[in-house]
Amino acid sequence: MDLKFSAKEDVFREEVKGFLKEKLTKRLSDKVKAGQRLTKEDYEEWHAVLNERGWLAPSWPEEYGDTSWSPIDKHIVEEEFALAGAPRTVPFGVNMLAPVLLKFGSDAQKAHYLPRILDGTDWWCQGYSEPGAGSDLASLKTKAERDGDHYIVNGQKSWTTLGQYADWIFCLVRTSGEGKKQEGISFLLIDMKSEGISVRPIVLLDGEHEVNEVFFDNVKVPAGNLVGEENKGWTYAKYLLTHERTGIAGVGFATAGLENLKSIARQQTKRGKPLIEDPLFSARIAEAEIDLDAMRTTNLRVLADATGGAAGGLESSMLKVKGTVLRQNLNALTRQALGPYALPFVSEALEEGYNEPPIGPDYAAPVTKQYFNNRKTSIYGGSNEVQKSIIAKLSLGR
Amino acid sequence: MDFNHTEERRMLAESLGRYLSDNYAFETRMEIAASDAGYSSQKWQELAEMGVIGALFSEDKGGFGGTGFDIAVVFEELGRAGVVEPFLSTLLAGSVLAQLENRDPLIESMIAGEDLVTLAHGEANAHYDLEHVATTAKQTEDGFVLNGAKAVVLNGGEANKLIVSARMSGETFSQDGIALFLVDADQVGLNIRPYPTMDGCSRAAEISLSNVKLKADALLSSTPDTFAILETAYARAILAVSAEALGAMATATLMTGEYLTTRTQFGQPIGMFQALQHRMSEMMIELQQMRSSLINAAGGLDGDITTRDKAISAVKNLTGRVGKLVAEESIQMHGGIGMTWEYALPHFAKRIIMIDHLFGDSDHHLERFAALSQIS
Repeated sequence: MDLKFSAKEDVFREEVKGFLKEKLTKRLSDKVKAGQRLTKEDYEEWHAVLNERGWLAPSWPEEYGDTSWSPIDKHIVEEEFALAGAPRTVPFGVNMLAPVLLKFGSDAQKAHYLPRILDGTDWWCQGYSEPGAGSDLASLKTKAERDGDHYIVNGQKSWTTLGQYADWIFCLVRTSGEGKKQEGISFLLIDMKSEGISVRPIVLLDGEHEVNEVFFDNVKVPAGNLVGEENKGWTYAKYLLTHERTGIAGVGFATAGLENLKSIARQQTKRGKPLIEDPLFSARIAEAEIDLDAMRTTNLRVLADATGGAAGGLESSMLKVKGTVLRQNLNALTRQALGPYALPFVSEALEEGYNEPPIGPDYAAPVTKQYFNNRKTSIYGGSNEVQKSIIAKLSLGR
Repeated sequence: MDFNHTEERRMLAESLGRYLSDNYAFETRMEIAASDAGYSSQKWQELAEMGVIGALFSEDKGGFGGTGFDIAVVFEELGRAGVVEPFLSTLLAGSVLAQLENRDPLIESMIAGEDLVTLAHGEANAHYDLEHVATTAKQTEDGFVLNGAKAVVLNGGEANKLIVSARMSGETFSQDGIALFLVDADQVGLNIRPYPTMDGCSRAAEISLSNVKLKADALLSSTPDTFAILETAYARAILAVSAEALGAMATATLMTGEYLTTRTQFGQPIGMFQALQHRMSEMMIELQQMRSSLINAAGGLDGDITTRDKAISAVKNLTGRVGKLVAEESIQMHGGIGMTWEYALPHFAKRIIMIDHLFGDSDHHLERFAALSQIS
C-alpha cells in the first residue's frame, strides 16, 4: 500500500498543468468558472484542442491518440481539468458510442465514424429514454421495421441531451416483439437530417434548453447503420453502461466544487466574520470534505482494479450514487452560503459579455441555478433508485 | 384543548381556497409571474376585496384578524396555489406600521390593495442578522439625510412606499440606534434596481440611498424599542412564510402521491415499489411535524417574547429541513418530468427551497433556538 503519487505521476501532473496553462484560453475557463452558458462553439473549441494534443479519447486504442494513461493518470487529468475550469468533453460520441463501435461495430463503421468523432465532424446524441421508458428502459417502443435494405423507424425519444446540436443519434429501437423485452432491441445509428425526424425542446426548471424530444415519423435508415447483430442491442447498451464509467463519481467536479464553496465561504460574512470561520457552517463544509476525501480514494481503488476502462457494475453503481449525492450536497451548501443572495436570478447574467454590475457578489449568479439543475444528476444515466437496485441485485444475488 | 379553527377562519380559508382553485390555475400563475410587474394587480384587487389582506391585521387597525392563526390559514392557502402577489412584503411592512401610532390610514389603504409598502431592512453583508444596519441617517435642520444600501428588498421595484431602516447611532451590529423612515419610491436619491428571483414568486430589488433628504415627518420610529418592533414584524413574516411553505409542500406531496399511483414502469405503478412507498411515507410524517410546529408558532405569536421567538425559530428551522426533503424528494420521485419548466411541481419545489433564504435559514434559526433555549 502506497498512497503517494509516484514521481512519474507527479511529472505527468505537471505536464497536464502545463498543457492547460498553454491551451485552455482564459475566455473559456472564465466562462466555466463563472458558470456561464457554454455554446456549441465553446464545446467544439475545447474538443479540437484536446484532439490536436491527442488527449481527446484516452480510452480508445493507441492508434487514435497519444494516451497510454494509467487509471491514476486519468484521475489526475480529471482533477486538473476541473480545477482549471476546462469545459467538459461532450461524452456522447467519444465516451459512449465509440466504445460500442470499437467492440461491436464493423470495420467499415469504425473506419467511417471514429475519425469523424475525433475531428468533430459529427456531433452525436443519445436516443435511449422514451416517455414510457425511463427507469424501465427495456420497455422502449420506438420501432424499426426492416424494409429491403432499410429500416423504417417510428416512435419518440426523450431527454435527448444537446440533441439540438446533433448531426447523428445512436438509438435503441425495437426490432422484435418476441421473447423477453430485452431480446427485441437493436442498436441503430440515425442521421439527424433524415426526413421524418423532428426535435422539440424541453425547457428545464431553471429555464435552460439542454434536453429535447426527438420524433421519428417513417424515418428511412440504411440497414448498414445497424451496429452488431439485430436484437442484440441490449447487450451493447449494457456494455456502454459499465464501460468508461470510471469518471462517473465526478471526483474532479466535486473537487472543484469544494474549492468554490470554500472560496465563497471565505468571502461571505456572518456577524462581521468570514462565514468559513462560523463553527456550524465550517462543520458542514468539513463533513462534505470528509465525504469527498473518502470517495476520492474509493474512486482510485476502483480505477486501480479496472481493466481496459471497465469498472464492474457494482462499483459503477456505487460511485454513481455517492458521487451525485455528494455533488448535490456541495451545490446545496454553496447555495446556503449565499444567504439572501441565493434569491436573485438574472438569466442574462450567465451570457458571455454581460456588462451590468452583478446583483450582490459576483460569484452568486450561477449558484442557485446549478443547485436546481444538478438535481438531474441523480435522475439521469440510470436513476439512483435503479443503481441501488443493481447494487442489491448483484450483492444479494437475486 | 381544541385544534379546530373558528368558524370565521374556516370560512375564510374555504372561500380563499375556492377562489384560488377557480381563478389561479398553474398556467395563470405562470403567466402572471412572467409579466413585467411579476404580479397581477387585478388579482391583488380581487383578493383585497375578499378581505384576504384585512385578515392579516387586527380590528383596531382596520382589519378583522391579525392573530397567528389568521396569518397561518391565509398563507397556507396562498402557498398551496403558488400565489405570487405581494402578500409577504405587505405583511412584513404592515406589521411594522401596526405597532406604531398614527399610521392607521396607510394600513387601511394597504388593506384595500391601494398603497403597496415594503420593508427595506436587509443589507449586503448582514447575512440574516436583523441588527446589521450600516445605512446611516443624519439629522439636519428640517429632517434627515440617509446614505447606504439595502439588499434583496421584496417587491422593492413594485412598492410605492418603502420603510427604510437606518442607523442614527451605535455600531453596525448594535440593537440600539436604529430608526425607521417612510420613503416614497420616487424620492430623489433613491436608486432602485428590481430583478426576478429564482422561484418566480417574489420579485426583489437592490436599493441604494445617496443623500436621500427626508422631511422630519418621514421618521416612523427612533425610540429604543425600534429593534423590538422589527423583531415582531419578522416573527409574523416568518410564521407567514412557513405557512406558505407548508401549503406548497402539501401541493408537492399531493402531486408526488398522484404520480406514484399513475406512472407505470416494470409493469406496475411505481408506487408499488416499497423503496418509494417508504420515502413517500417519510414526507408525510415530516409534513405533520411541520404542521404541528406551525401551530405552536401561530399559538405563541402574541405570547411572551422568548416563547414566541423559540416557537418561531423552531418552525423556520423545520421549514428549511422538511422543505429540502420534500422539494428534493418530490423532484427525484417524479424523475425527468420533475425537472421540466412546463410541469407545476418544480416551481413549487423552487419556492419551498428559496423560502429557506428568507428571514434566516434553517441553520440561523437552529443557532437562535439553541441560544434561546439556554435561557429558558
